[in-house]
Amino acid sequence: MSFFLHGVHVPHRKNTKDKPCVRMTDVKSVTIPMVMHIGAPAQPVVKVGDEVKVGSLIAESAGYVSSAIHASVSGKVTKISEMLISTGKKVPAVTIESDGNMTPCEDLKAPVIKNREDLVEAIKKSGVVGLGGAGFPTHVKFNVDPAKAEDLVINGAECEPYITSDSYTMTERVGDIEFALREIQKHFSFKRIIIGIESNKKKPIAAMKDMANRMENVTVKVLPQIYPQGGEKVLVYHTTRKVIPTGKLPIDVGCIVCNCTTIAAIGTYLKTGMPLVEKCVTVDGGAVNCPQNVLVPIGTALSDVFEFCSGFKTAPEKVLYGGPMMGITVPDLSAPVIKNTNAVIALTEKEAKLPETAACIRCGRCTNVCPVGLAPAHIMAAYKKRDSELLKKLSVDTCMLCGCCSFSCPANRPLVQTNTLSKQLLREEREKEASKNG
Amino acid sequence: MDKMLKLSSSPHIHCGASTTSVMRDVIIALIPASIAGTLIFGLRSLLVIAVCVATCVLSELLFNIIAKKDMTIKDLSAAVTGLLLALNLPANIPVWQCVVGSLFAIVIVKSLFGGIGRNLVNPAITARVFMLVSFGNMAKQAFPKGVDTVSGATPLEQIANDNTPKLLDLFLGTTGGAIGETCAAALIIGFIYLLVRRVITWHIPVAFVGSVFVLSYFLEGFDAFKALALILSGGLMIGAVFMATDYVTSPSTSSGKIVFGIGAGILTVLIRHFGSYPEGVSFAILLMNILNPYIEKFTARKVFGGTK
Repeated sequence: MSFFLHGVHVPHRKNTKDKPCVRMTDVKSVTIPMVMHIGAPAQPVVKVGDEVKVGSLIAESAGYVSSAIHASVSGKVTKISEMLISTGKKVPAVTIESDGNMTPCEDLKAPVIKNREDLVEAIKKSGVVGLGGAGFPTHVKFNVDPAKAEDLVINGAECEPYITSDSYTMTERVGDIEFALREIQKHFSFKRIIIGIESNKKKPIAAMKDMANRMENVTVKVLPQIYPQGGEKVLVYHTTRKVIPTGKLPIDVGCIVCNCTTIAAIGTYLKTGMPLVEKCVTVDGGAVNCPQNVLVPIGTALSDVFEFCSGFKTAPEKVLYGGPMMGITVPDLSAPVIKNTNAVIALTEKEAKLPETAACIRCGRCTNVCPVGLAPAHIMAAYKKRDSELLKKLSVDTCMLCGCCSFSCPANRPLVQTNTLSKQLLREEREKEASKNG
Repeated sequence: MDKMLKLSSSPHIHCGASTTSVMRDVIIALIPASIAGTLIFGLRSLLVIAVCVATCVLSELLFNIIAKKDMTIKDLSAAVTGLLLALNLPANIPVWQCVVGSLFAIVIVKSLFGGIGRNLVNPAITARVFMLVSFGNMAKQAFPKGVDTVSGATPLEQIANDNTPKLLDLFLGTTGGAIGETCAAALIIGFIYLLVRRVITWHIPVAFVGSVFVLSYFLEGFDAFKALALILSGGLMIGAVFMATDYVTSPSTSSGKIVFGIGAGILTVLIRHFGSYPEGVSFAILLMNILNPYIEKFTARKVFGGTK
């Protein structure tokens, strides 16, 4: 079956596109939360007073779906406290006072990979999680029957406004990506490795095509400039023509999907043994004096990151982790850069101002822009009545929360927000049902 | 302490369109037809427009106050209803009839059903039909200065009597009819503006006018000239571009819009050809408005990866 996936034209605002990426080296201290991934919180293995170096393990993965965490600066652990993270939960966090030297841990060396199990174990040890935003532990994705894994889809769409950190990865870290892909290909038998990139990213496309030419079964798929090309279902469809059914995972249609920066991070670890301790973060938004891409030690407070970019022109009204279409607002600037932070955007009062909400005029824009063909206005009516049967019929679980509906609504109704609530309602009902059935 | 940052759920940007901007675009798109109507039928057209718009806006204002509803006149939808109704009336209509029609459109058809977005049928169309069946003089159309108004017939009547008017007259609108419906050229300019501004899509107008053309072509003995005259006559252009495309009462998907447009086209031709009224556009749109929920149901978009 053929689909035409809709979407919206979002403003690009890629102000950092042609600027060099600068490394932050003089971070005084970092506070690293033990949850920077989907799954169980990591278990700290350091105590206050311990000396750590860049790459030292500070917390180990606590369960199958969890992830290891490493020190991003060298220095001394000064505090293990509780921190409020963006999901609203309080989790343990390790604070490290930097000695200013950024000394790498001497125990780090490239892992020896003999078979697939070694590779999955190495990915687990690298602390790499889905760096596109979701933070799903990457080793879990790769721990599958290799006969099932036909396609590896690499997400370089970067369809959100402002963000250029994946473009940085694809142009400046080609070696890391290539190393990882060659190693992965040795132990898996992907029929296709497809890198999806939006058509406006000329340099990354050229760099990735160049790499693909040196390799077997690797291709670059140039995607149309319609948000959200980077949505998993949209990306898989546009690269492989496969449709992921609602409630299923990419692997159910033989795909593994990884962000390009995730692959590069795996490459770094396989090459050097250096785990994920640093992130390229796009710092942008109208409130920022000097928008640029910055290589930031994980755990650095956003206030330090903005300070590094010459501070604010005007006081920001909203600060986001990620882009303006799906990003999460932070309550204050003590929030740290975490593993899946690809951008921090500081919006001015004017930029953050949204129109007032009015009555639905049934214009149908929400339905027409929805990439997966949902009817958000109907979903909202069904949610108001808490009609879960109707919500299921309207297939609200297919929603990927891309925000196209709310973005386009002339009455600025909270459509995607209601989809989130509706999905939650259905999830709670399923859980209730499950506990009833024992 | 840091300044408090605003917390909210994504998305954090908006396309910028609003109900008001959409309605403002519709008003702008109707300006050419309003000017043409005034030039063709004289200054009294402006009086009709002013009375209808003022009555619509005031009645919505009063209704909102009495019913303790949120004030909605700023969204300009009442003004659009007034303007559309006026352009669908003859220039010589008595003022009191304009007032009654406007009140009917806003109070009965729109507000009592819950206001903007809740009405089942298009207020302007329904008010026009109400006036057509209530006031006998509505059928007597106004004529441009210089045309013999006593023996004059509207273009549709002329075509029915095998006296098809010149296509140029129909295109420029120098024929009998309602204020805003005769000048096809002005309406097409408005149509293009709405397309460029992405307020509407081409589907309903093209399907509507196209199906009237094709059906007329067959019914009029394969006379392309006559079929062309038929699509330029009566209320078809203004109906297809401005009334049938009303968001609230037309389908939201492209396929639904085409079904809606073709349905309205078929009904229009059937009423024109076999009915007792010379014009059927208003009735056709009204009937399709009523069918709209069913069209929506059967033309809903397929959910990608959904279980349906």
